[in-house]
Amino acid sequence: MAERLLELDAVTMQFGGITALDNVTVHVDTGEIMGLIGPNGAGKTTVFNVVTGVYRPTLGDVRFDGRSIVGEKRYRITRRGIARTFQNIRLFPEMTALENVMVGVDAHARTSVPGALARLPGTRAEEQAAHDTAMQLLEFMGIAGQAHNAARNLPYGFQRRLEIARAMATQPKILLLDEPAAGFNPAEKRELGDLIRTIRDRGFTVLLIEHDMSVVMSVCDRINVLDFGKHIADGKPAEIRNDPKVIQAYLGVPTDAA
Amino acid sequence: MNAPDSILRVRQQVNDRRRAMGARWQRLPRRVRVSVMALLVGYLYLLPIAPLPFVKTPEVGFSGVLADQVVIYVLAALGLNVVVGMAGLLDLGYVGFYAVGAYTTAVLSSGHASWPWLATLPVAIVASMVAGVMLGTPTLRLRGDYLAIVTLGFGEIIRISANNSNYLGGPRGITSIPHPPSIHIPGVDWHLDFGVLDAKPYYWLGLTIIIIVVFLLRRIEHSRVGRAWTAIREDEDAAELMGVPTFKFKLWAFAIGAAIGGLAGSLYASKIGFINPDNFPLLLSILFLSAVVLGGSGNMAGAILGAVVISYGPERIRNFSDRRYFVFGVVLVLVMVFRPQGLLPSRRRAAELKHASSEGTGLLGESAPVDAEFADG
Repeated sequence: MAERLLELDAVTMQFGGITALDNVTVHVDTGEIMGLIGPNGAGKTTVFNVVTGVYRPTLGDVRFDGRSIVGEKRYRITRRGIARTFQNIRLFPEMTALENVMVGVDAHARTSVPGALARLPGTRAEEQAAHDTAMQLLEFMGIAGQAHNAARNLPYGFQRRLEIARAMATQPKILLLDEPAAGFNPAEKRELGDLIRTIRDRGFTVLLIEHDMSVVMSVCDRINVLDFGKHIADGKPAEIRNDPKVIQAYLGVPTDAA
Repeated sequence: MNAPDSILRVRQQVNDRRRAMGARWQRLPRRVRVSVMALLVGYLYLLPIAPLPFVKTPEVGFSGVLADQVVIYVLAALGLNVVVGMAGLLDLGYVGFYAVGAYTTAVLSSGHASWPWLATLPVAIVASMVAGVMLGTPTLRLRGDYLAIVTLGFGEIIRISANNSNYLGGPRGITSIPHPPSIHIPGVDWHLDFGVLDAKPYYWLGLTIIIIVVFLLRRIEHSRVGRAWTAIREDEDAAELMGVPTFKFKLWAFAIGAAIGGLAGSLYASKIGFINPDNFPLLLSILFLSAVVLGGSGNMAGAILGAVVISYGPERIRNFSDRRYFVFGVVLVLVMVFRPQGLLPSRRRAAELKHASSEGTGLLGESAPVDAEFADG
């Protein structure tokens, strides 16, 4: 039943003399929550940037839904069903929360300038639908009360949630979350973990970068580990926890582990 | 700007108060809002007949200033505001589109054909739009300062080409451009003559065009297109990764801005009746941009106010004769020092500016290159 949704096939990414990804082969199956972990500088965010078209891999191929997406325009990749959040929040700070999410909904809008000029019925209907969809997403993320506040005025935790809402608004098949729990306290982390599982249950596939092992181990179905750009492990959380290579590179010896 | 915190706080309070006033305005019954706007617009039409006592232009005709300067500057500022204010693209060659519109009307109505002005108008708009797309297609891949330099060059290329083209009359330009048709209503003792003696009809025509342009731009602003422009202005990379076809919408901003610039140029050509390359100097691009920035980038009311100040200001202080541009320049500098967000800023733009200055990036906010921003390694 496991159908491959996203595949990195022997991807190498070099910047000048630095190899950020070295022959990495990873895949994400439809419907799973896949965790990507590793020490700082291991290349996790580079994987996101290669998948979303920010970088073009030096070597190798990225396939989504069975088709290569290397060299495709970034907004087209988003429309095909890959959406992401950012490690350092990148909302549109002066737009309201609602408008931020509406920009995401607009990814699939059909109307443009002529429709807006003539205020055609189709444009109006699309506008109304975008508004309603965005509102529902804000409610789902529990921040509907902030809809009309500028994104920059939202509390930090709400900004993280708003980023997820905006990404979901593009109707992705796979959601790439880059350290969504960074800066959260344990209670907020648990809440976020529940939220990610709810998102998966709604039919999204999730690829998660996270440093907090309690979140990763409890939420993920499967985990891949990167170390200095190299792929060193792939397995279920229990397997990863006991993998000697992973312990050495990242988790540390059990007595040190928090 | 390294304004002390206290100044920033005062500024924020002012913004909050204005926002509250805006909200109160929105809460008024629609009926009231429509009547207030109708009264205001009605008064604007009466302006050349019944100006306020202190609104005058020493030594020159008041309606002439309104028609020759104010109307044209307001239109140009509205168009440039789409490009600079809404989409955040710094265009220093906007006068180029204005020139394309003016020359298109001139060539079709006097230079090489004798179409009536009204027939040349749509062609002038389309020609400027095409010029906008032609300039935008290769250059909108550039960002910030680079785009500014290329557009600067474009404005000069248009002027110099006109100067060297026999077809466009070279340095002597094109004369005898027809006026718009006069309007007579049969059976009523009233007519509107577009001639050289009375400038009022041009003002009324220009004002009507401005109202239509504002009406259409508001529709675009409050649509997916306006949202895309704001998103591009705030974070172009994030916008593209959220599915915004950034290039397409930047090109639209350029085309729409150019179309309005061409419209202003065509109106100008028909008002003064003759044009030559000297009518389209770089200074004009700078003045249009000053109008947008002075009024408050991104806000149409601000752009209009800025354009009125830039065009009417030097005429108002004509008594200073030769020193008036100096005085005017000093006033502009003072305004920008004490009110860098403009006279009537869009509140978004004001906050972006504050944000940008605290981070030390340029005025027309350019985000850092992708690689530095996304990299965690």
